[in-house]
Amino acid sequence: MNVSSLAGLVGAALVGLGLYGLIVNPQPLRKILAFNLIGSGAFLVFGIVARRGAAAAFPFDPVPQAMVITGIVVAFAASALAVALILRLQEETGKVTLDPDVPSKPPVTGASNP
Amino acid sequence: MSILQVLDLGLAILVLAVAGWTIAARELFASVVGYVAYGLLLSIVWIRLYAPDVALTEAAIGSGVTGVLLVTSGARLKRAGNVEAAEPSGPSQRFLAAALAVLVAAALATVILLLPEPPPTLAPEAGQQLAATGLANPVTAVLIAYRSFDTMLEKIVLVLAVVGVWSLAPDRVWGGAPAPLGRARPEGPLLFLDQALVPLGILVGIHIFWVGADEPGGAFQGGAILAAMWMIVMISRLTEPPRVGARWLRLALVAGPAVFLAVGLAGPGMGGSFFAYPAGFAKPIILFIEAFMVLSIAATLPMLVAGPPRRSPER
Repeated sequence: MNVSSLAGLVGAALVGLGLYGLIVNPQPLRKILAFNLIGSGAFLVFGIVARRGAAAAFPFDPVPQAMVITGIVVAFAASALAVALILRLQEETGKVTLDPDVPSKPPVTGASNP
Repeated sequence: MSILQVLDLGLAILVLAVAGWTIAARELFASVVGYVAYGLLLSIVWIRLYAPDVALTEAAIGSGVTGVLLVTSGARLKRAGNVEAAEPSGPSQRFLAAALAVLVAAALATVILLLPEPPPTLAPEAGQQLAATGLANPVTAVLIAYRSFDTMLEKIVLVLAVVGVWSLAPDRVWGGAPAPLGRARPEGPLLFLDQALVPLGILVGIHIFWVGADEPGGAFQGGAILAAMWMIVMISRLTEPPRVGARWLRLALVAGPAVFLAVGLAGPGMGGSFFAYPAGFAKPIILFIEAFMVLSIAATLPMLVAGPPRRSPER
C-alpha cells in the first residue's frame, strides 16, 4: 500500500471517529471538536486526490491543495461562530447542552412573583 | 517493508490514536490539548503528501488558532458554571453511533481504494500558465490568480463570520470591547514568552507571506502566524482586545477583501476581463493583494477568538 492510499484510509477513519464523537458526546464544545475531526478527515481524502494528480513535474495537483487551504480557514471561521453561539446560549439559558429536555436554570427569585 | 513505510504506518496509527483520545478524553481541556497535538501530527501527514502549504495552514490555523479558541471558550464556559452537566449517551445509542460511524468510514475507504485510473488532474494546466503569473508556487497561483474569485469570496466569508460573532452581543455593549483573553495578572513565563517569541514570530509571519510567491507559504499562513502573535500578547494582558467599533479595526478587517475586489473590478481595464491581471505585471499586483489579505487575516482570526463585545463602549 502506498502513502496516499494509507493517508486516505486514515482520512476515512477520522471521518468515522469524528461522526461517533459528534453523536455520542453531549457537550457542545466537544461536538465542535468532533466536527473538526470530520472536517480534517475530509480534507485528507481531498489531499490524496491532490497527491494522485501528480503530473507535469509537480508531485501534486495544486488545485485541490489550494481548496483545502481555503477549507481549513473557513472551517475555523465556522467553529468560531459555533462557539460564540454556544456561549450566548449558555448566557441566555444557563445551561451548556443542546438537549431540549434538560430544564434550564430556574429564573431569579423575585422576578417571577407578581 | 522499507524504513519509510514503517514510519508512515507508525504516523498513521499515532494520528488515529490521538484523534481517538480527543473523542474519548473525559475532560474538555485534555481533549483540546489532544486536538492541538493531533493537528501538528496531521501536518506531518500533509508533508508526506507533498503539501507543505497545507501543512503550514493546518499547523497554524487548524491546530494552533482553533486550539486557542477551544481553550479560551472552555475556560469561559467553566467560569460561568456547569460545563459537565449534560447527560452522557446510553450504551444503545453508543452502539448505534459506532455502527453508523463504521459504516460511513467503510464506505469512504471503499471509494478511496476505487478511485479512477488514471487520476484526473489539473496540474499540467496549472504548470503551463505559471510563467505568466510570475510566481513559482503553483498553490499560490491557484489561490490568487486562477481561482482568485473563490479566494476573494472566502475572505468575505471570514468578514461575515466576524459580523455573525459580533451580532451575538447584547445591545448595551455594542461597539465595546470583547472580554479579555487571559487571566487578570500577567505571569512571568508568559511575559518572557512575549519578549522572546513575539518579535521573532512577526518576522517569521512576514517572511512566510513574502516567500509564498515562490516557496511554500502565503497570505493565509503568514497572516495566521501574525494573528497568533497578537493573541499571545492579548493572553498575557499586555494589550486588550480592541473595541469592535474602532475604525482602524474595521478597516483592517475589510482591507483584504476590499482591495481584492477593487483589483478584480479594475481587471477589465488592466487585463481585459474581470479579475484579469495585466500581462507581465501580475506578480506585483498579486503581492499587493496578498499584503492586504495578511493584514485582514491577522485582524480577523484574533477577533473571532475574542468573541462578541462584552464591555460597554464608554470608558
